[in-house]
Amino acid sequence: MDLSAINPILLIAAMIAAATPILLAAIGELVVERAGVLNLGVEGMMITGAVCGFIIAVNTGSPTVGFIAAAVGGAVLSLLFAFLTQVALANQVASGLALTLFGLGLSSLMGQSYVGIKPPRAEATPLGPLAEIPIIGPILFGHDLMVYLGLGIVAATWAVLKFTRMGLVLRAVGENHDAAHALGYKVKRIRTLAILFGGACAGLGGAYISLIRVPQWTEGMTAGVGWIALALVVFASWKPWRVLLGAYLFGGITQLQLNLQGAGVAIPVEYLAMSPYIVTIIVLVILSADKSRAPGSLGRTFHASG
Amino acid sequence: MSPLLSLTGLTKAYPGVVANDDVSLSIAPGEIHALLGENGAGKSTLVKMIYGLVKPDAGQMQMHGTEFAPGDPRAARAAGVGMVFQHFSLFDALTVAENIALGMETPPPMRALAARIREVSETYGLPLSPDRVVGDLSAGERQRVEIIRCLLQDPKLLIMDEPTSVLTPQEVDILFETLRKLSAEGTAILYISHKLEEIRALCDAATILRGGKVVGDCVPRDTSAREMAEMMVGSTLATPKAAAHDAGDVLLSVTGLSVGSPSAFGMSLKDISFEVRAGEVLGIGGVAGNGQDELLAVLSGELPCRGGMVRFKDRDLCKDGPEARRGLGVLSAPEERLGHAAAPNMSLTENAMLTGAAREGLAQRGMLNWAKTRAFAERIIAGFDVRTPGPENAARSLSGGNLQKFVIGREVLQKPEVLVVNQPTWGVDAAAAAAIRQALLDLAAGGSAVLAISQDLDELMEISDRFAALNEGRLSDPRPTAGLDVEQIGLMLGGAHGMEVAHV
Amino acid sequence: MIRIEARPQPSAVMAYATPVLAVVLTMIFGGALFAVLGKDPFEAIATIFWEPIFGEFAFFYRPQLLIKGAPLVLIAIGLALGFRAGIWNIGAEGQYIVGAICGAGAGLAFYPTESVLIFPLMVLAGALGGWAWAMIPGVLKVKFGTNEILVSLMLVYVAEQLLASMSLGLLKNPEGFGFPGSRNLQQYPSAHNAEIIAGTGMHWGVVAALIAVIFAYVLLTRHRLGFAIRVTGEAPRAAKFGGVNPGRLVLFCLGMSGLLAGLAGMFEVAGPAGQISIDFNVGYGFTAIIVAFLGRLNPLGIVAAGLLMALTYIGGDIAQSQLGLPAAAIQVFQGMLLFFLLALDVLTNYRVRFGAAEVA
Repeated sequence: MDLSAINPILLIAAMIAAATPILLAAIGELVVERAGVLNLGVEGMMITGAVCGFIIAVNTGSPTVGFIAAAVGGAVLSLLFAFLTQVALANQVASGLALTLFGLGLSSLMGQSYVGIKPPRAEATPLGPLAEIPIIGPILFGHDLMVYLGLGIVAATWAVLKFTRMGLVLRAVGENHDAAHALGYKVKRIRTLAILFGGACAGLGGAYISLIRVPQWTEGMTAGVGWIALALVVFASWKPWRVLLGAYLFGGITQLQLNLQGAGVAIPVEYLAMSPYIVTIIVLVILSADKSRAPGSLGRTFHASG
Repeated sequence: MSPLLSLTGLTKAYPGVVANDDVSLSIAPGEIHALLGENGAGKSTLVKMIYGLVKPDAGQMQMHGTEFAPGDPRAARAAGVGMVFQHFSLFDALTVAENIALGMETPPPMRALAARIREVSETYGLPLSPDRVVGDLSAGERQRVEIIRCLLQDPKLLIMDEPTSVLTPQEVDILFETLRKLSAEGTAILYISHKLEEIRALCDAATILRGGKVVGDCVPRDTSAREMAEMMVGSTLATPKAAAHDAGDVLLSVTGLSVGSPSAFGMSLKDISFEVRAGEVLGIGGVAGNGQDELLAVLSGELPCRGGMVRFKDRDLCKDGPEARRGLGVLSAPEERLGHAAAPNMSLTENAMLTGAAREGLAQRGMLNWAKTRAFAERIIAGFDVRTPGPENAARSLSGGNLQKFVIGREVLQKPEVLVVNQPTWGVDAAAAAAIRQALLDLAAGGSAVLAISQDLDELMEISDRFAALNEGRLSDPRPTAGLDVEQIGLMLGGAHGMEVAHV
Repeated sequence: MIRIEARPQPSAVMAYATPVLAVVLTMIFGGALFAVLGKDPFEAIATIFWEPIFGEFAFFYRPQLLIKGAPLVLIAIGLALGFRAGIWNIGAEGQYIVGAICGAGAGLAFYPTESVLIFPLMVLAGALGGWAWAMIPGVLKVKFGTNEILVSLMLVYVAEQLLASMSLGLLKNPEGFGFPGSRNLQQYPSAHNAEIIAGTGMHWGVVAALIAVIFAYVLLTRHRLGFAIRVTGEAPRAAKFGGVNPGRLVLFCLGMSGLLAGLAGMFEVAGPAGQISIDFNVGYGFTAIIVAFLGRLNPLGIVAAGLLMALTYIGGDIAQSQLGLPAAAIQVFQGMLLFFLLALDVLTNYRVRFGAAEVA
C-alpha cells in the first residue's frame, strides 16, 4: 500500500471532474422534478447521450459537436418518456424504467463498432495565468469547458427558478397541476419542456463520461451514475446549490475509492467499488426523514377533465 | 343600462349528459347576480365557459355588446373577467405574493406587487401579508388571496363560486361588505351558491338552473327562500325527522386528545375532549382545515394516538387499528369519497369488502367470500337507492351523490354502535342528502352513537342533539342544539381567526 | 384533433387486447429496426418467434423455453405483487445474485459430502438470501421512509461487486487453475438442480415457478392479503382506511419478491449456469420487470409473458448466430415492447376520440 502515491491536489481536481457527470444529470432531473415529473430514465438518457456524443465526436473529430449531439440524443430519448407520461398518461415509474432498459439496449446497439476506439481529446479551458496559480490553479482552473458549463447550468437553474416568471410557473406546475391548469397554464407543455431539458442535461453528463472521464466507449459504462443522480435530487431537497454540494460529495467518494484502488489499499477492490452505492443508500436514509420539500404534484399523472 | 355580459343559448354536452342546455342570462355593470342551483345543475360548467376553461358547443357570449369567446382563462382575464374558485387554485408551498403573481398576465416586480397587495387588501378590508406561505393560512385567508388576485386585475366581472362554504358567519359578513363595495364601484359579480338566505341578503337578481336549463329568474329580495328552493329542486322535499329518544350510556369518549397532523400543511388536534352517548347525534361544525380530517383519522384508527385518549365503552381504542375498531362496532366514513372512503377503480363489490369484511363475515381465515360480498353490496344498493347498473361497476362511475349513499349505506348497514361521519352530504343533491340525514337519525334512534362532522351548519342544526365547533384544532364545549342561534354558533366557530371588520 | 377522455370504468376488452397489440406493434417496429441493420425483417422475426418452437432444431430449443422462462416468471410474480401495491422493487437482479451466492455457498460448504438434504438446504439458503437482500430497502422504507426504488437499485451494483468478490475469493474453485468462478455444481450430484424429466427442460425452478403462479393467483383473487395489495395500489388512503398496515405490506411485498428472485438465482446457479462466476447474472431481474408489465401484473398473464420473453432470448440467440443480428438488438426489441405496452395502456382507462371536438 502506498498512500503517498495519492497527490491531494490532483485528487481534488479529479473529484471535481468526477462530480461533473452526476452534477449535470442531477440538475436536469431537479428541473424535471420541480415541474412535478419523476423521470427514472436518467440512466438510460445518460448512456444514450454517452454513445451519441462518442459516435459524433469520433466521426467529426470535434468533442464540442459530440457534446451537442449528446444533448440532442438525451433529449430525443426523453421525448419518448414525455410522450408516454404526458400524452398516453402512463405511470411515471414504469415509463422511467422502460426508458432506462430501452436506453441501455439502444446504446449498446449503436456503440457496437465503436468499442476500443479513442475519442478526440477535449482541451483544457485556456484560462491562461489562472491555471498557473499554485494549488488553486490546478484545482479550480485546469478543467475542460464542461466542468464550468455544469457550474453555469446550476447557477442558471437556481436563478431561473428563484427570480424569473418562467421559474415561478414551473414551480407552480410542480406544486399543484390542477391549480396551474385552472389559471390557464399549459401543464403538459411546460412539463414536456422540462423533461427535454432533463434529457439534454443527462445526455451531456453521459458524454462527459465517454468523452472525457474514461474516455472510450464500453457497454453500460454509466454504471448507475444516473441512479445516483436521482438519489442526489432527493439529497438536495430539490435545491440547485445542494445538488452541487452532493455531486462533489459523490464525485469525491468515487474518485477517492479509485485512488485507493490504485494505491493498493488492503481492502479488496470489489468492496471499494461498492462504496459509492452504499454511501448513496446511507445518505438517502439520513435525508429521507424530511420529505416536506418535495414538489406537491411529484409523480402524479395530470389529465384535464372537462 | 346596457348589459355588461350577456349569454344567449349556451349549450354544452358531455358524453351521456347535457351540462348546459340553451342557457341565456345577462348581467349589468355593478349588478350582483346570483346563479342558483343544486350540485349538478350546470352552474360550474356555465362559469367555466365564461372563464374560458370550457368551450360551449353552441350559443354566444357578448361582453359590452361585442363578441366574447375566450379561448383560455388568460383571454377571459384580459377581457376583465376574474374568478374566485372554490377549490384547486392555490399553491400551498408558495407565498401569497407568488400565488398572486401567477394569476396575473404581467405582474410587476415582486416588491412592487407586495406593496400593491397591501394597498388593495387595506382598501377592501381584507388584511393579508404578501410574504406568508399560503399553506399556513386559514380557509378564510386563502380565499382572500384569491379575491385580491382578481381585484389586482381590475375586473369588470367577478365570478365567485360558493365563496361562503369555507367561512364562518362573521367572515361572511366581511366578505359581503367587500362585495357591496365592489358593486358600488361598478364591478359586476356573478355569485354562485345554493344558500338561499345569503342570496336574499346580497344579490340584486338571480337565475335558477336545474338539470342544465334555466328554470326561472327572480329578484331575491322579493322572493321567499321557499319559492326559490322549490324552483331549484323542482319538487317539495321531505325534511328528516328525528324519532323521540333518550340519550343512553356513553359509547365513545375522547379525553385530552392531542395529535400532530401527518401532513405538512395539516392541523394538529389540541386537547380535545367530548363524549357521545347511545342514541344521540353529536354535531361538530367548523370551517374546513381546522382539524376535521385529523379528528376522523384518529377516530377511525388511521392516525395513532396515545393510550387512553379515545375509548369505546371501557376499552382503550388507541392500540386498535381500523379493522379492530370495526370488529368492536366503531365505524367511520371519511369526507373524500374517491380515494379514501372508496377505491375509485374498484367495483362496488370490492368496495363493500373494503370495510365490511369483519362485521359482515365476508372473510374466513383470510379467504374472501366474494358471493357473500356481492350480496352485501346489492343490499347497500337496494337499501340506499344507489343508482348503478350493478355491483360490478367501478366506484368512479357513480355520481357523487350515489357514491356517497353507497359509502354511508355500507357503514350504516353494518349496524355500528358508534358511527363517525365527516361531511356526509358534501356535494350531494338535495334528495340524496335528505336520505343520508334520515339514515343517520334512524341509526341514532336505534341506539347507536353518531358523530357528524360537517361544515354545513344547517345540516348540523337539523340532525344533531348537541353541537360543538372545531377551530384551529381545538373543540368548543358541546352545547344542546335546541336554542342555539347563528350568532352564538359564529362565536363558537372561533370568531373568524382574529380578524375584525376593517374600518375603511 | 385527438382527445383523450376518461372512461367511466376500465375497459375489460382493452385490458386483454393491449398486450397483444403491443406485441404486434413491436414486431412491426422491431422488423423495421432489423431492416435498418441490414437484415431481412421477415426472416429475422420468423427466426426469433418461429424457429425455436417449430424450426428444425426445435427439440433442442423447446426445453430452453422452460429453462429461460422459469426464472423470468418466478421473479416477475414477486415483482408484480409489489407493483400492484405501488411498491417498486427494481433491484430483483441484486436479489437474484445474492440468492445464487447463498444457495451455491450452502451447497459448496458441504462439498463433497453427498446427502439428499443438501439441495433443500440450498433452496432455503437461496430464498433467505434473496429475502434478506430485499428486506434492506423494505426495512429502510418502513423505518425511515427511504425510497425503495433507489435503494433496491443501488443494491444491484453492490450485489454485482459481491458476486465478483465471491467468484474471485471465498467461493473460488480451489481446483480451478486460478480461473475466477466456483466449482461447477452440475458435477456435484447432491447440489445439482438437474432436469426432473430428461430432455424437457423441466427442473425444480420450473416447479417452483408454477407453485408461485398458483400461490399468487389465489392470493390476489381470494385472500385478504392480496386484496390489501390491490387496494393499496389503487388507492393507498382507502387501503389505510380499510385497515391495511402499509408498513407490513411493504415488508411482505419486498420480502416475497426478494425471496422469489433469490430462488430463481439459486435454481439457475445450481442448474443451467452451474457455477458462480463474475458474469453469472444476465439481466433476468430487469427483463422480469418487462415480463411483469407485459403480463399485466396478473399471474396467468405473467406465465404467457415469461414464455414470450424467453422466446425472444432464444430466438435472439439463434438470430445472432444465423443472421448475425447483434445481441443488443434483442435488448432494444424487448425495451420497445415495454414502451408500446405502456403507451397502449391508455386505451384501458381512457377513450381516444378523433375528429371535430372543438366547436367555437
